[in-house]
Amino acid sequence: MRPSLFWLLAVLFGVAFVAATRLWIANEYYYFAAYVVLQYIVLSTAWNILGGYTGYTNFGTGAFFAMGAYSSVVLHKLGGVPLPVMMLVGGVVSGIIGLGTGYLTLRLRGVFFAIATLAITIVVQTLIVNWDYVGGSRGIYIIRPANAPLGGGYIQYLYTLMIVLSVIAVGIARTIEHSRLGLGFAAIRDDEQAAEAGGVPTLRLKLIATTLSGALMGMAGAPLPYYVTYMDPTSSFSLSYAVNAVAMPVIGGMTSWIGPVIGSILLGTIQQVATVTISSALNLLIVGLLLIGFVIIAPNGIVGLVRSWRRKRAG
Amino acid sequence: MSDPRVNPLLRVEGLGKRFGGFVALDAIDLVINSGDRLGLIGPNGSGKSTLVNCLCGTLQNEMGTVTFDGRRIDGLIAHQRTRLGLARSFQLPKPFRTLNLIDNLRVPLIYTVNARRGHHLGEAQIVDRCEELLGDVGLADKARRLPGDLTQVEMRKLELARAVATQPRLLFADEAMAGLSPSEVEEILAVLFRLNEQGITIVLIEHIMRAVMSFSTRLVVLVAGHKIADGDPQEAMRNPEVERAYLGE
Repeated sequence: MRPSLFWLLAVLFGVAFVAATRLWIANEYYYFAAYVVLQYIVLSTAWNILGGYTGYTNFGTGAFFAMGAYSSVVLHKLGGVPLPVMMLVGGVVSGIIGLGTGYLTLRLRGVFFAIATLAITIVVQTLIVNWDYVGGSRGIYIIRPANAPLGGGYIQYLYTLMIVLSVIAVGIARTIEHSRLGLGFAAIRDDEQAAEAGGVPTLRLKLIATTLSGALMGMAGAPLPYYVTYMDPTSSFSLSYAVNAVAMPVIGGMTSWIGPVIGSILLGTIQQVATVTISSALNLLIVGLLLIGFVIIAPNGIVGLVRSWRRKRAG
Repeated sequence: MSDPRVNPLLRVEGLGKRFGGFVALDAIDLVINSGDRLGLIGPNGSGKSTLVNCLCGTLQNEMGTVTFDGRRIDGLIAHQRTRLGLARSFQLPKPFRTLNLIDNLRVPLIYTVNARRGHHLGEAQIVDRCEELLGDVGLADKARRLPGDLTQVEMRKLELARAVATQPRLLFADEAMAGLSPSEVEEILAVLFRLNEQGITIVLIEHIMRAVMSFSTRLVVLVAGHKIADGDPQEAMRNPEVERAYLGE
C-alpha cells in the first residue's frame, strides 16, 4: 500500500472511530479506559521507532512522557494555552531531551544504553521533584477547563485528541518502515559497523530516531495533567510506563508498525479490565507474565507468529 | 591522466595506532596505485585488520596521515570514506540478518551510490542493480532469501557484493576466503579478478598463501605492527625478515 493511501485510510478510520463511539457510547468510563489504551498505542509506537526499528532499548519512556506532561503543567499555570498547542510544546520539549539523550548515550550499546536511559529518568525526575513551580514532590492540582471544545465532556475531548495523535504516530511509524530511513534503521539494528561501511550515517539516523521517539512520547504525555487532574512526580514518572512501552511492542512484534498497535490494544485492554474486575495492583504482574510467556513461546511477537504460520501454509 | 607515481590512489604516511599501551601499528608508510592488486599478509595479530579499520574509518588512527585520491581522509567517519570510494568486506561476515539479499544490497545503493552527487537510481534501477550484483557472485536465485539461509561461501560472496555495491575505487577484502574449501577459494578469487578488471583497485588480506601469491601483483608484509616488506610477491617472500617472521629462526 502506498504511504499516501495508508494515511488516508488511517485518518478515515480515526474519524469513523471517533464518530461511532461518540454516537453510541455515553458512559464516561469507557472514554477514560480507551484514553489509556490509545495513550499506550502512541507510547509503544514511539518506543518501537527507536527500540524495534533501530535496536536500541529505551527504559526511559517515563522521562519523555512526564516531561511532556510537566511542560503542559507549566503552560497551564501560565494560562490561556489550548491543549493541542500544549501537545506540540510537549513534543518539542521531549524531542529536545531525546536529541540530547541520543547525543550523550548513543555510543553505548545494548544493555548499557538501556541502563543509561533508566538513569535519565531518575535525573529528570529529581529535577521535577525540586522544582516548586510545578508542585515539586507535593504534586499539583490541575483544574480542567469548564468547557470542552468539541461538545460532550472534557474526557471525550481528551479521547478525541489521543485518537488523532495515535493516527499520526502509527502513520509516521509505517511511513518510516517503508522509507529509506527505515532501511537505514534496520541496517543499524542488524549491524552498525556494516551499516557505516555501506554508507549509512549511523549517528545522524540514531539521533533522528531518539528525537522522533522522544517527541511522540512527550506529545502523549502532554494531555496527562487534564486526564488525572493531579500531577505528582512519583506517578507521572512511574516505571510502569517504561515497562508497558517495552512489553507492548515485544508482545505485538517489533519489526512492523502493527505490532505495537496490537500489543497496546491487547495489553492495555487486559489491564483496564483487570483494574475494574480484579485489582489495579495486578496490572504489572499480568504484563510480566505475558512478557515472559511471549519471550519464551513467540520471541517475534504476535506478528512473528502470524508470519511464520503464513510461511508454513505457503510451504 | 596524471602520473600514478606522483598522485597515487591511496597514500599512507607514518600511520600509528595504539590500544592503551599496546602499539598495534607503528609508522606505516604505504602507497597504493590505481589498478593494483595488493596482497597484505602477516601473522595473526600483526595489525592487518587494524590497518584496514584505520583506513576505512572503523577505527581512527592517532598518528600519521591518510590521503585518498589527493584528499586527506583521516578523521573522516566510516560512511564518509565509503561515499568517497573506499569499500571493505569484513573478516567475519556481517550481513543485515533481518533483510533479504536484495535489501542487503539496497542499503549501499541508497546510502552510498544515491548519496553521491549526480547519481540517482530510481526504485526499478535499484532492484535491477541488486539482481545484477547478486548474479555476478552467483546468488541470483536467493535474492529474496534471508542471509540466515546462506552457506559460509555464499555469505562471503554477499559480503563482497555489498562492498562492490558501493561502486568503490578501492576495495579491501579482509580474509574473504577464510575457512573455505580450495574450489570455493577459486570462486572468490575469480570474482576478485573480475572486479579488478572492471577497474577496482583491490587489497587482499589473506592467510591462504596460494591465493595471495596467484592474485597479488604486489605484496606487503606486516609483522607486529611494522611493515617489513613491500614489493614483488616472490621477492618479498624471499626476504629474510619475512622468512624469520613466518618460519622462526
